Amino acid sequence: MNEKILEEEYDVVVVGAGHAGCEASLACARLGLNTIVFTVSMDSVAFMPCNPHIGGSSKGHLVREIDALGGEMGKNIDKTFLQSKMLNTSKGPAVHSLRCQADKLMYSLEMRKVLQHQDNLTLRQAEVSEILVENDQIAGVKTVSGAIYHAKAVILCTGVYLNARCLFGDVIEHTGPNGLKAATFLTDSLIEHGIKMQRFKTGTPARLDGRTVDFSKTEPQYGDPVVKPFSFSTDPATVQKEQVPCYLTYTNEKTHEIIRANLDRSPMYAGVIEGTGPRYCPSIEDKVVKFSDKPRHQLFLEPEGTWTNEIYIDGMSSSLPEDVQHRMIHTVPGLEHAKVVRNAYAIEYDCIASGQLKLSLEFKNIRGLFSGGQFNGSSGYEEAAAQGLLAGINAAMEILGREPVILDRSQAYIGVLIDDIVTKESFEPYRMMTSRAEYRLLLRQDNADLRLTEIGHKVGLISDERAEYVAKKKSEIQTEIERVSNVSIGASKNVNDFLATLNSAPVATGIKLTDLIRRPELNYEVLAPLDTDRPALSDEVTEQVNIDIKYKGYIEREMKQVEDFKRVESRKIPPDFDYEQVPSLRIEARQKLIKMRPESIGQASRISGVSPADIQVLLVYLSK
Amino acid sequence: MNNDTIAAISTGMASGGIGIIRISGPKAIALCDRIFIRNKNNKESDGFLSKAAANTINFGFIYDRDADEILDEVLVSVFRAPHTYTREDICEINCHGGLYVIRRILDLVISSGARPAEPGEFTKRAFLNGRIDLSEAEAVMDTISSTNDFALKNAVSELSGRLSSEIRKVREEVLHETAFIEAALDDPEHYSLNGYPAELDEIISSWEETLSRLSKSFDEGQHRKNGILTVIAGKPNVGKSSLYNLLTGTDRAIVTDVPGTTRDTLEEDITLGDFTLRLIDTAGIHETEDTVEKIGVERSINGIERAELVLFVTDAYNGMDEEDEKIFSLIGDKKCVIIRNKNDLFPDEAVMLDGVLLGSALKDTNFKVCDFSAKTGEGLDELKKIISDLFFTTDSFLSDEIFITNERQKYEIDSAISALSLVKQSILDGMTEDFFSSDLMDAYSHLGKILGEEVEDDLVDKIFKDFCMGK
Repeated sequence: MNEKILEEEYDVVVVGAGHAGCEASLACARLGLNTIVFTVSMDSVAFMPCNPHIGGSSKGHLVREIDALGGEMGKNIDKTFLQSKMLNTSKGPAVHSLRCQADKLMYSLEMRKVLQHQDNLTLRQAEVSEILVENDQIAGVKTVSGAIYHAKAVILCTGVYLNARCLFGDVIEHTGPNGLKAATFLTDSLIEHGIKMQRFKTGTPARLDGRTVDFSKTEPQYGDPVVKPFSFSTDPATVQKEQVPCYLTYTNEKTHEIIRANLDRSPMYAGVIEGTGPRYCPSIEDKVVKFSDKPRHQLFLEPEGTWTNEIYIDGMSSSLPEDVQHRMIHTVPGLEHAKVVRNAYAIEYDCIASGQLKLSLEFKNIRGLFSGGQFNGSSGYEEAAAQGLLAGINAAMEILGREPVILDRSQAYIGVLIDDIVTKESFEPYRMMTSRAEYRLLLRQDNADLRLTEIGHKVGLISDERAEYVAKKKSEIQTEIERVSNVSIGASKNVNDFLATLNSAPVATGIKLTDLIRRPELNYEVLAPLDTDRPALSDEVTEQVNIDIKYKGYIEREMKQVEDFKRVESRKIPPDFDYEQVPSLRIEARQKLIKMRPESIGQASRISGVSPADIQVLLVYLSK
Repeated sequence: MNNDTIAAISTGMASGGIGIIRISGPKAIALCDRIFIRNKNNKESDGFLSKAAANTINFGFIYDRDADEILDEVLVSVFRAPHTYTREDICEINCHGGLYVIRRILDLVISSGARPAEPGEFTKRAFLNGRIDLSEAEAVMDTISSTNDFALKNAVSELSGRLSSEIRKVREEVLHETAFIEAALDDPEHYSLNGYPAELDEIISSWEETLSRLSKSFDEGQHRKNGILTVIAGKPNVGKSSLYNLLTGTDRAIVTDVPGTTRDTLEEDITLGDFTLRLIDTAGIHETEDTVEKIGVERSINGIERAELVLFVTDAYNGMDEEDEKIFSLIGDKKCVIIRNKNDLFPDEAVMLDGVLLGSALKDTNFKVCDFSAKTGEGLDELKKIISDLFFTTDSFLSDEIFITNERQKYEIDSAISALSLVKQSILDGMTEDFFSSDLMDAYSHLGKILGEEVEDDLVDKIFKDFCMGK
């Protein structure tokens, strides 16, 4: 050891303490591994540099799954939300999604507290500048100050900090989000070790001084009267509190005129920005250009927290110059006199090119090196946390000599997310969507606990008590479904009178209770008066019973599709399989397969450029 | 991978009249059992083939249960795994009813649970199951891999620009509607689905209309290509022979005698303008004509069962009697032209054939009436037009070149139609919009297979392209 430099020894090093890094480091520490997590600033742990909410369509599913596996995000938002809303409640259960407005500062502070109270976990402010690799095996990291941290596994969760630069108009600042220090050395070290990088872009809207906004000209948006917690282990009673509204307003032709007149001053349109931006998170100038037929665009004014009066303008991300930003904001009803606290800006950063990770989120070429979050080419707090958790779990599994945890597309949104990120070539930051999940009726936010608690328990992040609780819930659901399936309702006057009160057609002959439950206007709960032997069960049990019975036909169809999927998925391709020896593969397919090295036939079939015929050819050669 | 059952016509499609349908896979034998009967008079399937020993040839009939119709007299060979070419259970149906009948049997096999085989698929299975070695399989591999380009080229060449653009248009619309639903689900505060299901229901009806028309063009294509199986029916002495002579005697007629192999029937192809009648049971025409005492009904049963078109000859002068009605009742929902043969003795409207019977028959679009004089040939042009209208859409877009001629393409179109009907069912059941997407995308994917196009991230791309998403 060199006495002049600091050297320490850990099991796991996590680089970055954003949403991915927090989950990764907590998972490792909780599994008994000595873990250190680095952050460029102690004040930016679990920082939310963009929108002030957690959850939303499909992202809410991810948070639920993270929670069921033993992650922290759900618990943390339950402690710090300002408003909570279940989206899509008029739709089927597959697309219900919970979304919470977060108190940004409190979210960050609470998470830091959790990290700092966690045994085996050290939180450290320093910039990591190099990864240390010996014989294709990770050995540790080096910081800018020269300190060396030896480790058996390293998890890279650098977010948007690598070679970050922020832009608006002709202003370019070489910082991470919100003026935080960028990490400028690590990319070179990664490239030196053969990791291929690419450049992505994203953006954020301006923040306003809440006192200068005339909310009377906007439509208030309230949270749900009864709040459902994110975490399955949060007591619902603890989250019923006074909530803060958001406000809806709109852009108009005047706004659009100003934007159009100044497009040449946008770095995006002037070609200054090199990175690829996400289509689902377009800047206001993109919306105006691409959807020019729309006379107006929605803007949600969202409070950022209780310790600041800042208002986030959801829907108006931009990289236009400061003066244009001000002028366009002032055209919006309610914002005529608004003062800007922080400018909108676009941010560019380095992330990895796809195809370099295994499904366990370990690098294919460097053993013990894992990664998660925006570094992997995703976007969003929830997507980051989900990957961070799995990267953490799998780093721990490797050190402990256990099998990696790989969730497939039929098990979890997390499975869909990771499979897509690892398998598909990405040209923009990846966002989760319910339409990406093939089996979404099975992957509901309401049954994440039933799907994943057991896995979390096996890993060691879920307590025995919690696992037993879920197992009991499962068996209660099963028992009740069986009981209900055997209940018949006679066609008496009483029954028909009762059905009439629910605007449901009378029955002419006896009918099965399950058939009544399946009527669109009815459900398990409202039919209680006809179901005289019904046992007392908790709401979470009856909710599952209702969904299971009501959507049985659809659920069974998806389960059948899952069987087919599993069959293809279980056909593994050896990691050293020589694609060159398969002459019948088309050249494009062969190149893609060599690049991506899929782990199964199923994964191979999802690589773009690999056709079903290529898969057939592959199958033939694999069975040689 | 290979636990489905595949089927294909394994003989060439030359019009020799004899063909073999090969079925391979775990359900091959059970599936054949469902459509195989040994006795015409006992149409219950008795699981005979499942009990049959390996490598046996079994005599019987292929019976279409839904249509309550015997399609052909066949020999079914049963081979049992693993001692077969594919090492799976294999059934081979040897039929001799001509191309049309082979097609119908294949359709029946597919609707009973088999899937049309891909090019080279039997050989592929043979290799996968270790029946042949790699060098033997190599050639087939190239066939399979060439389906990449082939599928596309084939799709393009087999489908005319117009037809493929119709499919493409429907497919694009399916994707757009799905993207709208998904955009609204993803961003419910931005896009509303109020009243949308009813709207979608109408849109789907228009897709269904287009697709059904295309699917039907397959049958039309088959009819154009292979001729319409036609029987001339009627009691003795109404002029069947004269009609026959008139039809075959036209100078445009091409007559080929194909002796039936087990029946005393003859088939003759008669080209009438731009379509062909494949006359079956021509022996019957003469026989009943010659032997007056023989009841025509019995003879007609067989012919009518096999035919797609019945030319029902009646005596316009004497009207319909009991015997006519017996034959008439056999026709069922077959397409039929009632030919009122005037025999040049046509007096007046009053003694036309039974008004009630005719009236009820004419309500059915499958029935047409044609006044005819077998002696003078008067009415022949009208008859041709009637037949053409019965079998071919007048729509001008259906010229010969743009029929769907490929069994697999028809299968995909029909699969798309069924997927769309599931969406309609969901709408009818009052399901919310999120339940529509997977069936819509199923239809999308089937239509894509016709065009040789894969489904990749089309939906997500479309959502972003057509709808302004994100905050």
